[in-house]
Amino acid sequence: MNTLFDKIWDSHVVNNIEDGPQQLYIDRLYCHEVTSPQAFEGLRQRGIKCFRPEKIFCMPDHNTPTRNQDRPIEEPVSKKQVDTLAANAAEFGLSYYGMMDPRNGIIHVVGPERGLSLPGMTIVCGDSHTSTHGAVGAVAFGIGTSEVEMVMASQCILQQKPKSMRISIEGKLGKCVTAKDVALFLMSRITTSGATGYFVEYAGSVVRDMSMEGRLTLCNLSIEMGARGGFIAPDEKTFEYLKGREFAPKGEDWDKAVAYWKTLKSGDDAVFDRELVFDAAQIGPMVTYGTNPGMGMEISGTIPQEADIAPEGRKSFLKSLDYMGFQPGESLLGKKIDYVFLGACTNGRIEDFRAFASVVKGRRKADGVTAWLVPGSWEVRRQISEEGLDKELEAAGFEIRQPGCSACLAMNEDKIPAGKYSVSTSNRNFEGRQGPGSRTILASPLVAAAAAVTGRITDPRNI
Amino acid sequence: MKQKFNIIESTCVPLPLENVDTDQIIPARFLKATTRDESFFGENLFRDWRYDSKGNPIPTFVLNDPAYGGDILVAGRNFGSGSSREHAAWAIAGYGFKVVISSFFADIHKNNELNNFVLPVTVSEDFLAELFSTIAADPKARVRVDVPNQTVTNLSTGRSERFEINGYKKYCLMNALDDIDYLLQQKDKIEDYEKKTI
Repeated sequence: MNTLFDKIWDSHVVNNIEDGPQQLYIDRLYCHEVTSPQAFEGLRQRGIKCFRPEKIFCMPDHNTPTRNQDRPIEEPVSKKQVDTLAANAAEFGLSYYGMMDPRNGIIHVVGPERGLSLPGMTIVCGDSHTSTHGAVGAVAFGIGTSEVEMVMASQCILQQKPKSMRISIEGKLGKCVTAKDVALFLMSRITTSGATGYFVEYAGSVVRDMSMEGRLTLCNLSIEMGARGGFIAPDEKTFEYLKGREFAPKGEDWDKAVAYWKTLKSGDDAVFDRELVFDAAQIGPMVTYGTNPGMGMEISGTIPQEADIAPEGRKSFLKSLDYMGFQPGESLLGKKIDYVFLGACTNGRIEDFRAFASVVKGRRKADGVTAWLVPGSWEVRRQISEEGLDKELEAAGFEIRQPGCSACLAMNEDKIPAGKYSVSTSNRNFEGRQGPGSRTILASPLVAAAAAVTGRITDPRNI
Repeated sequence: MKQKFNIIESTCVPLPLENVDTDQIIPARFLKATTRDESFFGENLFRDWRYDSKGNPIPTFVLNDPAYGGDILVAGRNFGSGSSREHAAWAIAGYGFKVVISSFFADIHKNNELNNFVLPVTVSEDFLAELFSTIAADPKARVRVDVPNQTVTNLSTGRSERFEINGYKKYCLMNALDDIDYLLQQKDKIEDYEKKTI
């Protein structure tokens, strides 16, 4: 009751269906090439157009190669999917930012960065990491392709209203502890289904102190706790971040918007269905050891013993360790690794590149490590050049690639080979996620950089 | 595929693993299709658990075990976590499953199943554990899912439970209607809402 989630959600309800879901109005629909073609096809079969084309923005990101984007995509099936999005956007009159467009990038990096995602909005995309946009104070969540078609057809979606949860993290984060570690810590505590059925508001001093980039990382990973979305009430930091961005309101409209955005917070009397409070002092740099993001631990910790796992979960636990080639009770420090991936909608922003470069400074990429450094957007790529980070990283043996989702889910050619270990700043360590047979260890950009320069799992606090 | 639901009675395919994510249900490399060809996705359901890297069936995986079959998939808790890809629901539907029974479903995937006329049935942990034991003892054990009465019954033990589904969605499933059919009738309300909020 009287939570910010209630305020935003309730103000977008068009209609309540008796003994059914609510009809929710959507302010922004993002479309990428993977989850939209069947929705466009559905519209064609029904003989209808997009109801509010000006509220829909399209860009390819999943299939895009991270080299030679100025040339046509070589892989014919990927090319066809990307070309299909361009053709659909043209046919239905939608904004489209194709490869090499300075506005192209991973949709969840581009939305906030262009000021397309604004406080108080409802935002959807056929992609579970749509929760990212919650960092600007919006209700943003991932949907399926049938639901994408619903929004195209009516600018509405039918949804049961989720319950609300507040997660507060109080105190100050320790050395080398980032937003990514906070999220991996939360998942390790409440599991990947701990927030299923909820929308999460993040609060507490740690979240207030967090940069916008950090907040985007934290909200991005809400889905990995099972939550439909996560968001942070907008504050001065949010307004400062959005001011002057391409699609943010300007002049008098800006002042009016900020006045409204300032009202967007949970009431002092707000009642959440569930409240959790964590102490920042408990959180250290994290790594995962298994095949779901909830299987994480502090980097200096040890993998649980079989006896620590509930009986019904042991089969999955052992299957997972077998896949990873790890033993119960083992420490991961000093383990040799093969690949490092910096990027994705989780950690592909300028602050992530700054963090990675800060560890690399004065060191070199370890022999035998393949590192893919993939900016989240062309705008991030521009900032990297502007700050000279590309020169520093290139001098240390690294290559900065062109933007896209890349090895997060390996739909382009950036695939981790079977059996190889990848320290990855992405969001999922599922079996085969980064390529068939790949073994993913999720971590922050600092831990990834420490692994890249040592060739082993290394605590960034110790180098 | 739109179909009318009423009473389904069938043998089951057991998958007693927790946290089965949608990357396992259908790996990302099969998401490049631009059509909704359910048979293509169905052929690749659980691809990397079902076939080795050379494309040979892995005999220990349940879909390759001729002892098991039927319209109902029974899976461990937190089924369908991770990616929102509706391709996972298309694969389940394309393979021929009409019902998935689990003690817990991930949100987005649950909606995706419903939108593709696959019925997610949430049962208690006890019911699920007993059902796995029943199927292990007798692969031909049958389960009855009664949509009008919202009950699921393990016909070997007679144990029955009520499952939840809202009245609107139940009506849609029983009459083969989807949400877009409904939304397209709501244009006036949507335009009224837009006028009010400007």
